[in-house]
Amino acid sequence: MRSILTVYRKELTDHFSSNKFLVLLALIYIAGLSSTYVALQNIRESASGLSKHVFLYLFTTGGDVLPSFITFIIFFIPIIGIIFGFDAINSEKNSGNLSRVLSQPIYRDSVINGKFLAGITTLSIIITSIVFIISGIGLFSIGVPPTSEEILRIFFFIFICIFYGGFWMGLSILFSVIMEKTAASILTAIAIWIFLMFFLPIIANAIANAVVSPESASVADQVRNYTIEHSISRISPSTLFTEAIVILLVPVGGHLLFRPLLEAEVSQMILNPLSIGQSLIQVWPQLVVIVALAIICFAISYIIFMRQEIRST
Amino acid sequence: MSDNNNIIIAKDLSKKYNEHLVVDNLNLAIKKGEIFGLLGPNGAGKSTVILMALGLTEPSSGSINVAGFNSTREPLKVKRITGYLPEKVGFYDDMTAKGNLAYTSELNNIPYRETPKKIDEVLEIVGLSKNKNQLVKTFSKGMKQRLGIADVLIKDPQLVIFDEPTEGLDLKVANQILQTILDLNKQKNITFLLSSHQLNLMQRVCPRVGILSRGKLIGEGNVENLGRNLFGGGKYRIELELEKVTGEIIEKLKKLDKVVNVNKVDNQLQVVCDKDIRQDISRLITDEGILMTRMNMKQDALEEIYLKYFKEE
Repeated sequence: MRSILTVYRKELTDHFSSNKFLVLLALIYIAGLSSTYVALQNIRESASGLSKHVFLYLFTTGGDVLPSFITFIIFFIPIIGIIFGFDAINSEKNSGNLSRVLSQPIYRDSVINGKFLAGITTLSIIITSIVFIISGIGLFSIGVPPTSEEILRIFFFIFICIFYGGFWMGLSILFSVIMEKTAASILTAIAIWIFLMFFLPIIANAIANAVVSPESASVADQVRNYTIEHSISRISPSTLFTEAIVILLVPVGGHLLFRPLLEAEVSQMILNPLSIGQSLIQVWPQLVVIVALAIICFAISYIIFMRQEIRST
Repeated sequence: MSDNNNIIIAKDLSKKYNEHLVVDNLNLAIKKGEIFGLLGPNGAGKSTVILMALGLTEPSSGSINVAGFNSTREPLKVKRITGYLPEKVGFYDDMTAKGNLAYTSELNNIPYRETPKKIDEVLEIVGLSKNKNQLVKTFSKGMKQRLGIADVLIKDPQLVIFDEPTEGLDLKVANQILQTILDLNKQKNITFLLSSHQLNLMQRVCPRVGILSRGKLIGEGNVENLGRNLFGGGKYRIELELEKVTGEIIEKLKKLDKVVNVNKVDNQLQVVCDKDIRQDISRLITDEGILMTRMNMKQDALEEIYLKYFKEE
C-alpha cells in the first residue's frame, strides 16, 4: 500500500511540473473563461424569467461564435485522459526505468495503480478547478446563488466528467501497455477518439438512411430512422457522455433532446423542470456504462501488465 | 535451503517461450560472498536466468531460490535483499541524481530521516558526490552506470545482480566499475552475480564463472580449471612452427615437465601445458638441431572457450 502512495506521489509531481499539464490547463482555462464570458452576455435572454435554474445556464449557454462550456468539455476531456495516459508504461519501459523500479521490493500493480490514480487526480483537479472558477465568476456577475439542487447537479456533472476522463485514460494506458512505442500508443488512442466522436455519428446516419428512407412520409418510418441512428451512435461513449451531461445540466427539456418527438407531442407539451432524482434516473444507464467502460479498460491493462515480462532491452 | 553457504540455488530450472527452450535444465549454486560470472554469448539465456532469480518472470519448470526464498513465490523478500542493475539501466532524466535515489529509497521503505545520509554515503562510494544535484540527463553513460551502482547500494543488499555491467563502456570506465565491484565485495561482503559476454573483462574479477550456451550450463568453476575440463588441457597453449616435424620430437615434447598434451596440425605443433615452458621447449628444439620458424603462446583458455562456444551462435 505504501508503495502505491510512493509511485502516486512521484507521478503527481511529474504531472504538475510537466509542460503538458501547463499547456492543457491553460487551454481549458482559456476555453472555460471565454465561454463563460459569452454565457454571461447571453444569459439574460436564455434565462428569460421562466427558469429557476439560472446558475446552470453558465455552463450550457453558448453564443454565435463560441460554443458553451459543456461543448468544450466534451471535446477536451478525452484529450486530457489520453495525454496523461498514453506513455504511462511504454515510456518507462523504453527508458529502462521500469525494470529498475520493479526490482525494488514492491508489487507490480503498485506501479500501474499509482500511475492511474495520479492521472485521475490531475484530471479531477483540472476539471474541478475550472468548474469552480466559472461558478465563482458567475456568482459574482449574475448575483444569483445556486440552489442546493444546482450544486448537486454540478457535483454529479464533475463526477461523470472524471469517470469519462478515466475511460479515456484507461484506454490510453491499455495502449501504452501493449504497444512498444509512445508514438504508436498516442496515435491509436487519438484515432479511436476521432472515430467515435466524429465518424460514428456520420456512419450511424448513413446506415439509418440506408435502412429506412428519410424521405418517407410515414411517421413510423421517421421514428424508426431516428431510433436506428441513435442506437448506433450510442456505441460511442462520447454520445453517452454528451447525453448524460446535457440531461443533468438542462433540467428543463434536456431529456427530450435525445428521443424522437413528434410535432403533435411538442405542441401539447408543458415544459417543467425535472427534479434531480428524475434527472439521475434519466442518465443512470449512461452513467453506468461510462463507469463500467472506465473500469473495464483499466482492468484489461492491469491484467496484461501483470502478466507481461519486463525486459530491459 | 539446507545449504547455508549458497545464496542462489537453481534446481532443474527451465524456461520456454512458445516451445522455444531458452533456459534448459539449469543447475547452479552461487556461494555467499563470491563474485560469480555468468558468461555466455548474447541470447544464451543469461538475462532470463536473472529475471527468474528476481521473480520478474516465472520458470516453466524447476525452481530458483535466493537466500532461502523461492523467487517465484516470495519475490518481495528476494527483492528486499537483492540489488539488480539491468542491462540498459534508466533513470528519470528530469530528476537529479539525489531525487532518483530518494525515490528508490522510498520504494524500499527506508525511513525518511535516514535517506539523505544514505544517499550521501552511496554517492561517495561511486564517486558522484559532486554531481548530487545535477539532472540525470546530463550524465554520461559511465556516470549513469555508477549511479546505478549507488541505486542498488541504497538498500544495503546482500546480493547484487549485474546484467552486462561493462556493456558499451570504454575500457577505462569499465575497469573503474569492475574495481568498485571488487572493493564492495571485499569491504561489504556483498555477493555479486555478473552476467556478461565480455570474457576477458570478467575473468579479471570473477574467480568462478559459469558458461551458458543455448540455455545450458556447459561449464562451471574457476577460469583456469574450466579450460582443462572443456578441452582436457592446461592453461597455456604454445604454438610451434618447425622446419620439419618428426614423431620423435613430439614424443620428446610430451615428456617435458608440465606438458599436458601435444597436437600436430600440418607443420605446426600445439603444446598444451600448465606452465610457461617456452625456454624448455626452445632448448629442446635447438638441441635436436631443428630450425624453429615461429613460437607463439596463448595464455587464455577463455579465449578458446570463447571461440568454441560463443562464435557459433
